[in-house]
Amino acid sequence: MVSNAPAMTPSQATASKDTAARLWARSLRVNSEYLAIPLLALLAASLLFSVFLLLVGKSPVDFVSYVWQGGFGSAFSFQNSLQRSAPLILTALAVAMPARIGLTMIGGEGALVMGGFACAALAIPLVGIWPPWLVLIVMAIAAMAVGALWVGFAGYLRFAHGVNETISSLLLTYVGIAFMNFFVEGMLRDAANPNKPSTKQIGEAYMVGKIPGTEVHWGFIAGIVLSVLLYILMERTTFGFAARVTGGNMRAALMQGLPVSRLIIICCMIAGGCAGLAGYYEVAAIQGRANASLAAGYGFTGILVSFLARHNPLVIVPVAILFGGLVAAGGLIQRRMGMPDATVLVLQGLIFVVLLASETLYGRFAFFKDKMPEART
Amino acid sequence: MSFSPISRRLFLQSTAGAAAGLTLSRPAYAADLTVGIVYVGPRDDFGWNQAHAVAIKALKSVAGVKVVEEENVPETDACAKSMESMINLDGAGLILATSFGYYAPFMVDLAKKYPKVEFRHAAPLWNKDKDPKNAGSYFGYLNQAHYVDGVAAGLSTKSNKLGFVAAKPISSVLSNINSFMLGAKSVNKDAMVQVIFTGDWSLPVREAEATNALVDAGCDVITCHVDGPKVVVETAEKRGAKSCGHNASQAPLAPKGFITGAEYKWETIYKGFASALGKGATLSNFTSGGYEGDMVQNTAFGAGATEPAIKAATAAIADLKAKKPIYAGPLKDNKGKVVIDKTYDNLDPFLDKMDYLLEGVVGSIT
Repeated sequence: MVSNAPAMTPSQATASKDTAARLWARSLRVNSEYLAIPLLALLAASLLFSVFLLLVGKSPVDFVSYVWQGGFGSAFSFQNSLQRSAPLILTALAVAMPARIGLTMIGGEGALVMGGFACAALAIPLVGIWPPWLVLIVMAIAAMAVGALWVGFAGYLRFAHGVNETISSLLLTYVGIAFMNFFVEGMLRDAANPNKPSTKQIGEAYMVGKIPGTEVHWGFIAGIVLSVLLYILMERTTFGFAARVTGGNMRAALMQGLPVSRLIIICCMIAGGCAGLAGYYEVAAIQGRANASLAAGYGFTGILVSFLARHNPLVIVPVAILFGGLVAAGGLIQRRMGMPDATVLVLQGLIFVVLLASETLYGRFAFFKDKMPEART
Repeated sequence: MSFSPISRRLFLQSTAGAAAGLTLSRPAYAADLTVGIVYVGPRDDFGWNQAHAVAIKALKSVAGVKVVEEENVPETDACAKSMESMINLDGAGLILATSFGYYAPFMVDLAKKYPKVEFRHAAPLWNKDKDPKNAGSYFGYLNQAHYVDGVAAGLSTKSNKLGFVAAKPISSVLSNINSFMLGAKSVNKDAMVQVIFTGDWSLPVREAEATNALVDAGCDVITCHVDGPKVVVETAEKRGAKSCGHNASQAPLAPKGFITGAEYKWETIYKGFASALGKGATLSNFTSGGYEGDMVQNTAFGAGATEPAIKAATAAIADLKAKKPIYAGPLKDNKGKVVIDKTYDNLDPFLDKMDYLLEGVVGSIT
């Protein structure tokens, strides 16, 4: 291309370099809206929360310093936050993928529970016969497959029968939890554990270890890798483009001849796979078995994380870490400030509401507007 | 986001040596002993958690003891992280884990990781062959207090039908039901106990339904073994039935019908731990007992208790303190099979394996 192009005069070269720089600056300015508005919202939420703290007679400064200390301020605290963020990244992806195609799926909790249960149940006959690495791979595939089917089913109901996916995925969550409890308290119950019904322990040798040198399990890395992959899938491929078109206007997508049903099912299945994988790590890295503790609410916190990240897979990671840090610090706040554990939930709620309200601010500031007069002439 | 540079630095620091980071972050406290306690639910649940919280309040008054508390901690790695945070950030030297699911793998793994910190768990799970020596178990034989409930209920009922709302048919629950029935029978031959299992530790709606069903079936005294007896006691009061409590004091919830309640006295155990550690003594790995060890108690009698009931229940408490056996065999289960062949001591391990309802209890565990 370079050889065929006519030689540029020095002034032309400067002009094009100039344009490139200006284009870059422009894109930076336009895109900075997506950072500035959430930060503004976070700041506003913090101010509101400070008012709340002052009203109950506590110091906002103490609060901030404990959040720092408990969530980020030391190697232990930061790893605590990362560990807690691991399931949130995956369950947030389970919300983000359907959201990009225009569906509000909130059934990540059910897919997590079903995925975790399926892999724990599948491991029982394999432990001691197959080598650990093989069992772990089979478990991971099973967890993702079951999670994919679970959310995929809600997607199918939506497309084929017009069932509201928000309601069906939420209700499927309760079905999933009941399904697991049925087996955990019955057929698959480990007799060695009479007071907390659980499946049989898979055993130390069959557990996923921690990332070397840290206290954080591999689910965190899996979350980051998937976030990057799904970002590329949604932003840099024709599949992602088609999915986003569908999300923007399903009718238009149908008119264009896009395979809408397939896109929906695939997005939902990817979402379910992510949540199922979160269940896999709960079983294979933490609990070593399936029991009622799998339904710990990660699926629901994931909804919050995904919305705050505006369903952008890459943004989900830092938001999840922020939430992990808030939850990690919640304990310290209880202990040092004598506040109830709901304190952090108040903050989370405020952040959520203010962020949703801040959606209306997009496009209202002239500074972020595309103002390149030469481009318009 | 705004904290990313710091996170990278901390990440490197942590990979360089988590242990070094941990010792640095341990603050020095004036108090000699910091006790960290983790609850699975709210501290004011009128039940299991409140019983611990009441004892912790008493422990706080002990000089040289500082307590840090965390409530609503789920039985996931969150509980491990909470306990570890108490060790690292608050310098806790004794961790009390009060929910069943905290034990394995969470508390056991932490005990291995922090050999200098003592860990105690409120259920009889510690295994001397498998588990670390700085871990252990403590619990109270609450069935003794349920026996006293039964004595008082047996003399406070008019219909001779007593209702029991139970969570799950596991041995500790079954022992409470059987002891309650034996207490009632010991003073009132015609008394019988009807039991309904709800299926889980905390199902408020089903607990209310079960209470209503029992009252409808003619029971005029209701008691329970669920995590938070609030709903059961309140529903019974509303229906005009009398009630016996469980875990903590529910007396304020039933000003008209409350008889008495089976309560833990964790205070004895917690103060014992603190004083042992204060003296530099080693903690025992297994601490348990009933009335004879001052580890259970009965709530002060309420308006529902009749005069004879109070007298008989007070005598029953004295008997239990003198180790009078509750399970005087041979006893049959409610299908007619002899399940307790002879008289067993109240703390006999044989009774911990109970998987039957005795004759006199109407209900089924399957």
